[in-house]
Amino acid sequence: MSQATEAGQVAPARLPPTVDTGAIAWLRKNLFSSVGNSLTTIVLAGLLVWLAVWFIDWALLKATFQAESGQACVGTGGACWALINDKLRLIFFGSFPYEEQWRPLLAILAMIAMLVLSCDRRMWNWRLAIVWAIGSFVTFLLMFGQIHIPVTLIFVVALLAGAGGYLLRRATAPDMERIAWIVLMALGALYLVLRVAGVIRGAAIPVAPFEYVETGLWGGLPVTMILATYGLAAAFPYGILLALGRRSNLPLIRALCVGFIELIRGVPLISLLIMASFLLPLFLPPGVSFDKFLRAQVAVILFAGAYIAEVVRGGLQSLPKGQFEAADAMGLNYAQKTAFIVLPQALRVVIPPLINTFIGFFKDTTLVLVIGIFDFLNTANAALVDPKWAGFPGEVYLFAAFVYFCFCYSMSRYSKYLERELNKGTQR
Amino acid sequence: MVKRTMAAAAAALTLTGFAGAAQAGPDFDAIKSRGHVICGVTTGLAGFALADSQGKWKGLDVDLCRATAAAVFGDAEKVKYVPTTAQQRFTALQSKEVDLLVRTTTWTLQRDTALGFDFAAVNYYDGQGFMVPKKLGVKSAKELDGATVCVQPGTTTELNLADYFRANKMNFKPVVIEKVEELRQAFFSGRCDVYTTDASGLYATRAANAPKPDDYIILPEIISKEPLGPVVRHGDNQWGDIVRWSHYAMVEAEEYGITSKNVDEMLKSDNPVIKRILGVTPGMGKALGLDEKWAYNIVKQVGNYGESFERNLGMETPLKIERGQNALWTKGGQQYAMPIR
Repeated sequence: MSQATEAGQVAPARLPPTVDTGAIAWLRKNLFSSVGNSLTTIVLAGLLVWLAVWFIDWALLKATFQAESGQACVGTGGACWALINDKLRLIFFGSFPYEEQWRPLLAILAMIAMLVLSCDRRMWNWRLAIVWAIGSFVTFLLMFGQIHIPVTLIFVVALLAGAGGYLLRRATAPDMERIAWIVLMALGALYLVLRVAGVIRGAAIPVAPFEYVETGLWGGLPVTMILATYGLAAAFPYGILLALGRRSNLPLIRALCVGFIELIRGVPLISLLIMASFLLPLFLPPGVSFDKFLRAQVAVILFAGAYIAEVVRGGLQSLPKGQFEAADAMGLNYAQKTAFIVLPQALRVVIPPLINTFIGFFKDTTLVLVIGIFDFLNTANAALVDPKWAGFPGEVYLFAAFVYFCFCYSMSRYSKYLERELNKGTQR
Repeated sequence: MVKRTMAAAAAALTLTGFAGAAQAGPDFDAIKSRGHVICGVTTGLAGFALADSQGKWKGLDVDLCRATAAAVFGDAEKVKYVPTTAQQRFTALQSKEVDLLVRTTTWTLQRDTALGFDFAAVNYYDGQGFMVPKKLGVKSAKELDGATVCVQPGTTTELNLADYFRANKMNFKPVVIEKVEELRQAFFSGRCDVYTTDASGLYATRAANAPKPDDYIILPEIISKEPLGPVVRHGDNQWGDIVRWSHYAMVEAEEYGITSKNVDEMLKSDNPVIKRILGVTPGMGKALGLDEKWAYNIVKQVGNYGESFERNLGMETPLKIERGQNALWTKGGQQYAMPIR
């Protein structure tokens, strides 16, 4: 029934409203809203389909998956995945002894498990330290095959843990806990004093279930993952310290931190790696030599630390002054103020740029190829050089890109999730 | 090549202070007590040093590393390979990160003296050569008058090319492209008649990049000298001797027909030279400070020079490099071992 107007006249019938829900409506609204847009849609869709058809044809239909050598792939017009198939273990594990390559495989899995566990916010307390301690121990035990834990290290950890716990919990903890922290610290200090004085001889606890494999033989994905994971894991707290130091009231500390950050940021990573790799050995006394892998790792940590410091400083500066003043008014000391009030808020703000830095560094580790360390990209390169399989660089690089993409995309998704999670309190 | 020379000069400037600073004879002792030889190799060059699908290093340079280990320890597997880049290699040797460098390094006066190194031998004679398509019908570089030549700019390769054509009163049109991949692309797509670089590089390019490798030939003329060999630091002549004679033992073994297969029968040979090489007549090992079986172990575990060449570079491999300059002196080449006596 048509509507009647006040004057009793019948209004003219109108067209029914266009459907604005459903697939067709969505298409019309988003893809074919005007002649120009329709044309664009058709051209782009055509291009996409053409590309997809070409890619599927090349990568799947005409591809060679099994072959003795690259000769079998010549002239097929398809991808030569047989090359990846043949070189898979070289690309993933480099020149790690062939029969022992289950070890780096398990090490990769252990590291991934460790990283996935640390992604869960419920783990962000003392559990994280345990996950990392176990994960790192397993990883390096598998990679090295043998680890000799110096007793001194255990006591240094005790000293640091005791000092940290005491500083943070001094005001709030019950007496018993405070005493426990002090005892831990005292034990560590006592051992170190005795050790330095020469009363106690240095000892190591050997854990040696497998054959020893030195870092020179490591290669492929474990190298990339270790360099990136431990580079960033060490650079993160160190970057935070640098950022705090840069905002410190003590002029000497501030000057040191500013100087360091500016120096490191002022040079390319390659030059740091080359310094660590070529020049450092020449300045060391004869007979003393650091592992090349360790040197690269330290260079990555130094470099990443400076960048993370600047990112964190951005977060620190975004905090309103009232937060600091309120913390002071509560009677919190510097350590407590920083750990409980300042950093949680500052770090939340900088998660996107921080993950951005992480992703960047994950890929930057490929630069170690200039000093002859075989990271994932470099072992992929080595797979290319084999004349038996020569002439298929596309496949290898595509595969390497795919692996890198998997890692970087997961990091990016995680950053998105974390942002949502941590901003729940401020969302309306 | 210019890049190499520049690196050498730069290293020479910064490192002159370190040249000759080493003490007498420490390297060999360090190697013996360590239990393995640390050998600097390339990060991957087909035929010379390359990790295979199982991550094992193979190649002509790698074989020389293995030979030294066989000589010192009687076990060719006691080698640790340190992949080095072109810029990093000399520092690695100077800073004692490696005991010897077998990394397709050209023997030049600068490197031999100012850098504080000794070249122990030449395990591959390289030099600049020319590659042309077969359909051009050219058999010699002397017939290349008026050709267009693909060449990398700013290298000694470019200068050698100009010198060679001027000396032979010929003209050429250069096609200079900075990036080597694009340069190869240009050659194989027919933009130029000739591609020139080091001969071993030409063979590798033909094997790896040519659409049909058989359509291209490498001309016999070699117009520059690139003697590639193992390098050791100044300061331990005994170790340098061991490296040098390990190479000579491989060459000498080929000359006298000793191979990894027949070496055990050769122990019974009456030939006094073979007896000396294989340690049946003692003396040689003692002179080097090694076991008398040193050369026997090299030949048994690594093979003679010819075997190594054929296995890594020869006609059976995709590289298909002819012996050419690297044939024995008795067969018109330059591989000439000093007598083991």
